[in-house]
Amino acid sequence: MIASEILADAFFHEGKFVQAFPAFGVERRGAPVMAFTRISDGKIRERCQIYEPDHLIVLDRVLLSTVNVTDGLKEGGWIVINTNMDIDDEELSGKFRVAIIDATKIALSHRLGSLASPIVNTSIIGAFAGATGLVGLDAVKEAINGFAPIKKEANMQAAEDAFNEVKIISGK
Amino acid sequence: MKKVIMGNHAVSYGVRASEVKVISAYPITPQTHVVELLSEMCANGEIDAKFIKVESEHSAMAACVGASAAGSRAFTATSAQGLLLMHEMLHWAVGARLPIVLANINRAVGPPWSIWTDQNDSLSQRDVGWLQIYCESNQETQDTVPQAFKIAEELQMPVMLVMDAFFLSHTYEIVDMIEKEQVREFLPPYKPDIKIDTADQHSFGNLAGPDHYMELRYMIQKAMDRGLDVIKRVDSEFEEMFGRGYGLIEPYRCDDAETILVTSGTVASTTRVVIDELRDEGVRVGSLKIRVFRPFPIEDVFEVLSKAKKVAVIDRNISFGAHGIFYQEIKSALYGRTDIPIIGYIAGLGGRDITPKVIREIADKAIGDEQPERYINWIGVKI
Repeated sequence: MIASEILADAFFHEGKFVQAFPAFGVERRGAPVMAFTRISDGKIRERCQIYEPDHLIVLDRVLLSTVNVTDGLKEGGWIVINTNMDIDDEELSGKFRVAIIDATKIALSHRLGSLASPIVNTSIIGAFAGATGLVGLDAVKEAINGFAPIKKEANMQAAEDAFNEVKIISGK
Repeated sequence: MKKVIMGNHAVSYGVRASEVKVISAYPITPQTHVVELLSEMCANGEIDAKFIKVESEHSAMAACVGASAAGSRAFTATSAQGLLLMHEMLHWAVGARLPIVLANINRAVGPPWSIWTDQNDSLSQRDVGWLQIYCESNQETQDTVPQAFKIAEELQMPVMLVMDAFFLSHTYEIVDMIEKEQVREFLPPYKPDIKIDTADQHSFGNLAGPDHYMELRYMIQKAMDRGLDVIKRVDSEFEEMFGRGYGLIEPYRCDDAETILVTSGTVASTTRVVIDELRDEGVRVGSLKIRVFRPFPIEDVFEVLSKAKKVAVIDRNISFGAHGIFYQEIKSALYGRTDIPIIGYIAGLGGRDITPKVIREIADKAIGDEQPERYINWIGVKI
């Protein structure tokens, strides 16, 4: 949820119209949830969930084997995955542009969250910006600076590290 | 200044700008963020208000009733079961003519438990005498808070601001923030003619026998009647100052429309996407958002709808054993003055998504429907 909000705010800082919201389910930290971000040059009028996203961010690679995460994803869209191992999936790489980042490692290196519950929101958004080039690092950092209640510097640095370290598997 | 904020916080910032003096609330999903942020603002001095923690929503409204009777600008927020528990006190606020503002985040009523949106909670309070204003964006939500206080204080009537759970309450979008320094000019401090005051003693909430009770009810109805003009005037004053106005209703591409879809809340916003799509295909269709539900703007609604050949009402609510509730209101507004077919559609209960596809399905059915006497059509039911 937080990642979708930071992403929206980053695009807002670059002059876009934005909307971010969760598909609210179980009220429990760590439960699988979806959140959406809409970005537009004009006013956004759709007020419903997104069923055919242009791009996808996966905060935990385990979701790849438990949920059909690419359901509805448009062909040629970006998938940015938080993983500590290489993704060797020809089907994914054939249809989509895939980028990976060990956002957990980066988050922990900046003491964001704990080993059991690392907070990867800021790293993954940095990686998204780095891989796709759709939004600038400065805008991402500005959004983090506004959103993070504490550890602003650490979060901004984590985003920058991920921005630089993101690895493109296919597509660019 | 523009900021990306969530719908619930748009309410909180509206309350901050309105310089409320007493806030009393009990937390409930999906409303909690509203009062959570307000409690922080009270604690850090951003708002000079008393935050009264209570054990139930009934007490929250009771505290607002007391505060308002003592001459303070009072606010609370709730949802679903919380609003229902307030029911007795909602009546009290009306009878005592107290200008309290309540934000209700539409949440479906249990059982079965649901935290997702539909309008049966606020619409089940239709007849208590609160004004009801349904919002569709974070900007409108924030701006409606000071408007609501101004309307309430002029009419000496309570106002309920209503918005969809999640599709608005948890949605982040850009809001042009209003600040109290600007709002003070629009909404001066609340100074009631009569209030509980130990130095100037009166009796409040007394017994009214059959000789007087009816006149007091008549005066409430008169205030509601006057309400439509007051809401319009307050809205244009707001627009003059802030450049944004919302009206009682909002017609969209209705001028030469043969079919008009009647909507409310966030559905009104999504519907406009579908109207544009259909217009591009050459279909003469428009939409009408009902923003103010109580008092019901009968004449304004009639003026727009009477030019159409067919009206389709989308209800995210149902009055069991009858129809959709907006449907009933529209039918009653048009009765005897036109014989346009009015068709009712029930959709999106319990937070089921109302997508452009769903609205398109309703529009296609309405335009092609040869049996407009069917009052109630369920959309997407899997039985």
